[in-house]
Amino acid sequence: MAAGERGPPVIQDIIAWLSDPAHWTGEDGVLRRTLEHLGYSGIALVIAAVIAIPAGLVIGHTGRGRFAVVNLAGAARAIPSLGLLFLLFLFLAPRVSGDAAFLWPSLIALVVLAIPPILSGAYAGVESVDPAARDAARGMGMTGPAVLLRVEFPCALPLVFSGLRSAALQIVATATIAAIVGLGGLGRFLIDGQKSRDFPQMASGALVVAVLALLVDFLFALAQRYAVSPGLTGRGARATMRHTEVAVRAAAGETEAIRPVDRSRSRQ
Amino acid sequence: MTTRRIAVTIGTAIALMSAAGCGSDSGGDPLATGSATSSAGGASSITVGSADFPESVLLAEIYAGALQAKGVDVSKKLSIGSREAYIPALQDGSIDLIPEYTGVLAQYFNKEAKATDSEGVYTELKAALPETLTVLEKSAAEDKDAVVVTKATADKLGLKSIADLEGKSQDLVLGGPPEWKTRPTGVPGLKKVYNLEFKSFKPLDAGGPLSVQALKSGQVDAANIFTTDPSIPANSFVVLEDPKSLFAAQNVVPLATKAKVNPTVEGALNAVSAKLDTKTLTDLLAQVVTDKKDPDAVAAEFLKANGLG
Amino acid sequence: MTWFLDHIPEVLDLTYRHVYLAGLPLLLGLLIALPLGWLARRYRPLYLPFTAGFGLLYTIPSLALFILMPGFLGRQILDPVNVIVAMTIYTVALLVRTVADGLAAVPDHVNNAATAMGYGRGKRFFAVELPLAVPVISAGLRVAAVSNVSIVSVGAIIGVQQLGMLFTDGFYRFFYDPIIVGVVGCILLALVFDLVIVGVTRVLTPWLRASGGHP
Repeated sequence: MAAGERGPPVIQDIIAWLSDPAHWTGEDGVLRRTLEHLGYSGIALVIAAVIAIPAGLVIGHTGRGRFAVVNLAGAARAIPSLGLLFLLFLFLAPRVSGDAAFLWPSLIALVVLAIPPILSGAYAGVESVDPAARDAARGMGMTGPAVLLRVEFPCALPLVFSGLRSAALQIVATATIAAIVGLGGLGRFLIDGQKSRDFPQMASGALVVAVLALLVDFLFALAQRYAVSPGLTGRGARATMRHTEVAVRAAAGETEAIRPVDRSRSRQ
Repeated sequence: MTTRRIAVTIGTAIALMSAAGCGSDSGGDPLATGSATSSAGGASSITVGSADFPESVLLAEIYAGALQAKGVDVSKKLSIGSREAYIPALQDGSIDLIPEYTGVLAQYFNKEAKATDSEGVYTELKAALPETLTVLEKSAAEDKDAVVVTKATADKLGLKSIADLEGKSQDLVLGGPPEWKTRPTGVPGLKKVYNLEFKSFKPLDAGGPLSVQALKSGQVDAANIFTTDPSIPANSFVVLEDPKSLFAAQNVVPLATKAKVNPTVEGALNAVSAKLDTKTLTDLLAQVVTDKKDPDAVAAEFLKANGLG
Repeated sequence: MTWFLDHIPEVLDLTYRHVYLAGLPLLLGLLIALPLGWLARRYRPLYLPFTAGFGLLYTIPSLALFILMPGFLGRQILDPVNVIVAMTIYTVALLVRTVADGLAAVPDHVNNAATAMGYGRGKRFFAVELPLAVPVISAGLRVAAVSNVSIVSVGAIIGVQQLGMLFTDGFYRFFYDPIIVGVVGCILLALVFDLVIVGVTRVLTPWLRASGGHP
């Protein structure tokens, strides 16, 4: 126990903590907490994707509602997750019973965090579709929704994936806040370690979160590479040029600030 | 030419930063409330700290107000965190004074502390303190840890005291602040003194909204809530008696760095302690938590009403 | 909202502190990220390890970094320098890649033209490459600004005075008003940072304005 111990947790302390098998198993073990963590993250990501991808695709396709949504998404990026969490808890607690009073605030806060990057990726993806492809599709007789689903969406996939990947990274890094309202997840090591001044526990927890986040990011990168049509990824040099062009245009204010890998925003 | 533009921009940004710094109510350093702390001797200024729950903030405001009334220069660093977080702050000079509770404080410094009555605990505390720290006179006001259950649970299981949980606790979930898991007065203490093992421990907060909600909704069957907390009467919670005195006497007492205590400080704080009793503290806390009044306003009123402010 | 009106001085005080804790790291982070990003771009083998390495820094949970920082720096626990250093680390982590990509986005023919005109390496960097990289870097800076404002609010858990303290204060008293004021304050602050950065970017890139926004 570390009541009074103040030095920086030396790497040895972290290694010692992590090599203790007792810390990995059981209800409070790293394995269990990691699964919980991934659970919260996964559910939040799916909910956010279900909301944001269709919305983004429609906005990119029709070009309508763009201004309002872009600005709303921008403002949503600025919502501090901790404050939102507390607000949601105070609001839902008297109205919702059981576990939900703790779970919903956490999930909603994570979903709010994830929607902006996914939304951005989706409409930027649709917008950056080569107009020639769109024309060709129309020329072939496809109508609006068909164009969207069969041509624009597949072409937008790289940026959609980008948004998903960015959102996943943020969610995994921020899902630690669930522990603040008494839930599980890897944040437990951070909060419990902080409250009891158990630095090795805290540092080990932080390391596991960081590694997990990178793993998730890597997996999404792999998925992106294999899920996106080779016709798009295959055009190596041109694809790079387009990404650069998109970046520069984004910066010039033409589209929302999206980048191929947008490690944006808060992670708590 | 663009280089100059960039330089101008950065210069403006730095200027704005400094302006923001000076804009705060204490000139110079934007991050000090009032005068800067100094850990050297000379009690010309005192930094008052507090834990992160409303009662601690309230008491800190009372102490601060009493000291200011006697002409002491006071700055505040409130809501630092749990004891494990602010004791190091006290020891490294970040704060000089903090309101504390005799029993838990004694056990923090001396795990073998045994006394349970007010006087005994106070004596043990004074003996257990490190060289650089001291406590002033204790007040009659007490705020103890308690194991609290809903009325329904108390009726269903016939619970009047913590001892009644024996034999039943293995089916019950206990809730409390995360640090309770390892604190001698927390989960280990319940095992040692009452031989209780719970089904599981849910880390929540120190008697805040999480604990209240968890208790109400049945997430936990018993929770750690402090005895002065207005949530207890508000929700008809039942405080289980503590016949074996796991939770020893918890008189409110000022804990301070010895070097910062001079007769003025001592006089002001002792006068406050003399006027504080449990009922008063409970009422004041209810004003802050239930009536949503500001802790410093409630503190000021209390001091004025007692001729201390 | 009466609570807000009654507490304007305190809220403003917390806001100034928040501006300092979130803003100073933006400047410091940018200054540090510029040479690092330049290195990552200049020496190809460095790009991946740099961006990956700094990416790893960004994934460290902020709560952990805030708490462990006093130990690393050997400073007092409540010293705000801990937060500034932690936030600068996050800003650098975000910006290194942005700077590298921004410099990479400068068309080669422009660089070649500059060299042909006799610009030395250093002068070319400051007079040509950096200004042209400003749009991309500023996009990254905007993202970093919003991120910083939000991360700083987490400092409330360890008692750092800024807008986030309103969250914990309200929460423990079952009181919406301070929390709402804090959340709105953070959003507005992020907006202000964003506008300032956009404004400064406009000033620094007159050629974009002249050509109607096209590079």
